[in-house]
Amino acid sequence: MTAPAAVDTGYEVVIGLEVHAQLLTRSKMFCSCSAAYTTAPPNSNTCPVCLGLPGALPVINRQAVEMTVRTALALNCEIPPFTKFDRKNYFYPDLPKGYQISQFDLPLSQDGHLEFDVDGVRTRCGITRVHLEEDTGTMHHAGDVLQEATSSLVDLNRCGVPLMEIVGEPDLRSADAAREYLVRLRQILVYIGVNDGNLEEGSLRCDANVSLRARGATELGTKVEVKNMNSFRAVHHAITFEIERQAAVLDGGGTLVQETRGWVEARGATVSQRSKEMAHDYRYFPEPDLPPLQLGRDLVESIRAAIPELPEARAARFSSQYGLSAYDAAVLTGVRAEADTYEALVGAGVSAKVAANWQMGDVAALANEHHVALADSGLGVGGLAALLALVESGAINGSTAKELLSELYVVGGDPAALVTERGLGQVGDQAQLAAVVAEVIEANPKACADFRGGREAALQSLVGQVMKATRGRADARMVTTLLRERLSG
Amino acid sequence: MSSAGLTAAAMAAALRRGEVTPQELLADARAQVSRLDSSLNAFLALTDDLADRQAERATEMLRDDRLGAGPLCGIPVALKDVLCVEGYPTTAGSRILENFRPPYTATAVQRLLDGGAVPVGKTNCDEFAMGSSTENSAYGPVGNPWDVERVPGGSSGGSAAAVGAGMVPISYGTDTGGSIRQPASLCGVVGFKPTYGRVSRYGLIAFASSLDQVGPFAHTVEDAAVAYAAVAGNDPRDSTSVIDAVEDPLSALRDGVRGMRLGVPREYMGDGLEAGVRERVTEAIRVLEELGATVEEVSLPSTELGLSTYYIIAPAECSSNLARYDGVRFGMRVERPSLTETYLRTRDQGFGNEVKRRVMLGTYALSSGYYDAYYRRAQKVRTVIAREFDTVFETVDALVCPTSPKVAFTTGAIQDPVEMYLNDALTIPVNLAGLPGISLPCGFSDELPVGLQVIAPRLQDARVFRVAAAYEAATEWHRHRAPLVAA
Repeated sequence: MTAPAAVDTGYEVVIGLEVHAQLLTRSKMFCSCSAAYTTAPPNSNTCPVCLGLPGALPVINRQAVEMTVRTALALNCEIPPFTKFDRKNYFYPDLPKGYQISQFDLPLSQDGHLEFDVDGVRTRCGITRVHLEEDTGTMHHAGDVLQEATSSLVDLNRCGVPLMEIVGEPDLRSADAAREYLVRLRQILVYIGVNDGNLEEGSLRCDANVSLRARGATELGTKVEVKNMNSFRAVHHAITFEIERQAAVLDGGGTLVQETRGWVEARGATVSQRSKEMAHDYRYFPEPDLPPLQLGRDLVESIRAAIPELPEARAARFSSQYGLSAYDAAVLTGVRAEADTYEALVGAGVSAKVAANWQMGDVAALANEHHVALADSGLGVGGLAALLALVESGAINGSTAKELLSELYVVGGDPAALVTERGLGQVGDQAQLAAVVAEVIEANPKACADFRGGREAALQSLVGQVMKATRGRADARMVTTLLRERLSG
Repeated sequence: MSSAGLTAAAMAAALRRGEVTPQELLADARAQVSRLDSSLNAFLALTDDLADRQAERATEMLRDDRLGAGPLCGIPVALKDVLCVEGYPTTAGSRILENFRPPYTATAVQRLLDGGAVPVGKTNCDEFAMGSSTENSAYGPVGNPWDVERVPGGSSGGSAAAVGAGMVPISYGTDTGGSIRQPASLCGVVGFKPTYGRVSRYGLIAFASSLDQVGPFAHTVEDAAVAYAAVAGNDPRDSTSVIDAVEDPLSALRDGVRGMRLGVPREYMGDGLEAGVRERVTEAIRVLEELGATVEEVSLPSTELGLSTYYIIAPAECSSNLARYDGVRFGMRVERPSLTETYLRTRDQGFGNEVKRRVMLGTYALSSGYYDAYYRRAQKVRTVIAREFDTVFETVDALVCPTSPKVAFTTGAIQDPVEMYLNDALTIPVNLAGLPGISLPCGFSDELPVGLQVIAPRLQDARVFRVAAAYEAATEWHRHRAPLVAA
């Protein structure tokens, strides 16, 4: 399914995204329960603290603070020296304390930005803040549909998992830009190891604030918050729908109401959930169970120093350092482990272009087929480098290398030893090949005649016969040269 | 002869001499409870199995030095019913937690158990520790050992009465605005509120998190110091817990007050005091002067703002702390067809009037549009109050003043909430500033006990004990027991 085409409504579109990302910490935000909750039986991954039992108290997870600071620094934010947690009060069964520990007026970070290209145009979106809070539990409504449910089950396994909120400025001007922002943001979060990037399962969540205004206007229009978008595609569709819906209301002389709307995938539409009048008064106040945090400059700088090269910078370096196309560089740097693999291959002596071709071609296909990346495969980076060294030296040809790669990818092994053991060495001896070529010409008079008659394709079939006769070990370039000589002689 | 009414020190000495066993002390405590509690209502639950197990454990600990016996090993103690004890009813004096049995034990209680103390039971208190008379308990009021028709003070009234009636030599309460010191004063016992953060709040059912502090009741200052030391110290589970090592409260107990500078805050001796209270406290100050302390009048000008500041901050925190009692996961549930109605009916039937009043006050104070005028301003005044203490402590070592403006009043006599709140006017500022404070007996007015309050700078808990011990050593009030103890 293709994305809907951008529609020019005549209005200026203003979009700001709020992204929630679960952190890949070992334990929950305020207790020692595991943050990996998905496989535990309901309500088993809990303790008095995350159950909100009377008398239980929170203790800040240091790793979560460090991951949030890492994220904030990767997004060019400032880290104030003083930060605190606040309580956000509301009643709901998935929130056992009756309040969420979050951050209100003194977040861990503020004033950052993210830059990226949208259709070749450099775009910059401000980051208002990145702050830290705790996730809620989950609800399972009997009957699947909330409105028809007569009872609900509460599972608190997720409750208290560290959750980072990344609030973007309303700097995005199209659904495309919003999607691209989210793609880039997700890439960075995964790159720096703080989030697994899974929109479908909700470990990464996105809400969009969408409004329209007359072109040239400086005041913001009435904003609508859109929730429940579980994929990049849903984000793009929902925002596109919302832009068109709001434009239609305005075009019809109507006025928009500030509200929260949910994206209903099955209907391809946003549906009103809550109006401004029904909005909660969260009664934020400083969390008295947690003293304010003072983040030392040393800590912040040590976190900054440990941030890996980010994907965009790495792609640019790959282009200039390895002479790769912008496309290849982007593909190879899209996932941090893949980029590391590439640099390991080059470091092991494989030429930059050869490494790129193999990694994006056969290796990618095998990784996909066996669900294991090269670095974790039996062959490993070293094995592939050894294999490609055999091609480079002329010891084996490309097709032998492909076969060996396929055979050794999962189980591993020494390619050079195998070549010797099985006699797979490339036949590059001219006299030996000339004899085979003569036999093939003798046996295929029709193909030879076709080639002489000008059918270039016939030559390929003759090359194939020679390869077959040598069990694929012939030096294909030499075979082609020999055939041309003999047939035109 | 029963050990009822003895100090913990006397019991500990007898235990060490082999004159008595933990089981015998426990039996005496139980006998005293069964004889008196039908009229006092100090206990909400007896932790019988746990007490028996601990008495056995204490017996072994006393035989073998390597088993880690604490100074309260083998001593019967009582715990305010806001402290969680795994598997035993913990109600906080509220209907909403009527059948709640926590699956874990509070750190302070765990330290007592580890040291071999013998918890006899859970004591009655104002619902969620909100009150000054223990009349707000969902399980009925508590009688004062000196006159069962009168209140024991609150909110830790059950713990104060249990010591005052000789049921246990040591009990624990919590003090958010005076809830240890004021009932200690009214029941003629010693009550100590440590520096905020000295005793872990983990497992203490919260009323107002930034003010709550666990502390002991005892017959003597020394017993209180020992009981405090048994539970004090950093706890990684409580992030507001103080990290610095606890100064031994017994180290300065016999140092006396000679050369110490004591301040009497003018605002604490104002018009609100009953004449008898003023006289006894004035006499007590004279005793300290005779012991060699220099006494001067000082001023804490914002004292009168303490009460209103407290009644913004404490309800604000309580409105949030009590949100978890929604009938979904534990405690009482009044099931209704919709979630909202279930919330409303559960909380309506589960909470008493004073709790509802404070939840509403706090919700209002934190509401959008009112936050700046109430909560934020109250926090600023709180800072001012704390700074005034800092300033005064530049010229004096400790403060001495009354604990409560009045002696124990008749149950049911005070109906107006604000009149009730005034009972804590002299104890609340200490909580707002996070300071250590003690109340100890300093005589009687109309045959009812009067308490002297000693206040020291933050973390100077040992200094509180030093001043109190000096006064106690020079007087006999700590030897007085309510007549019903021995009857």
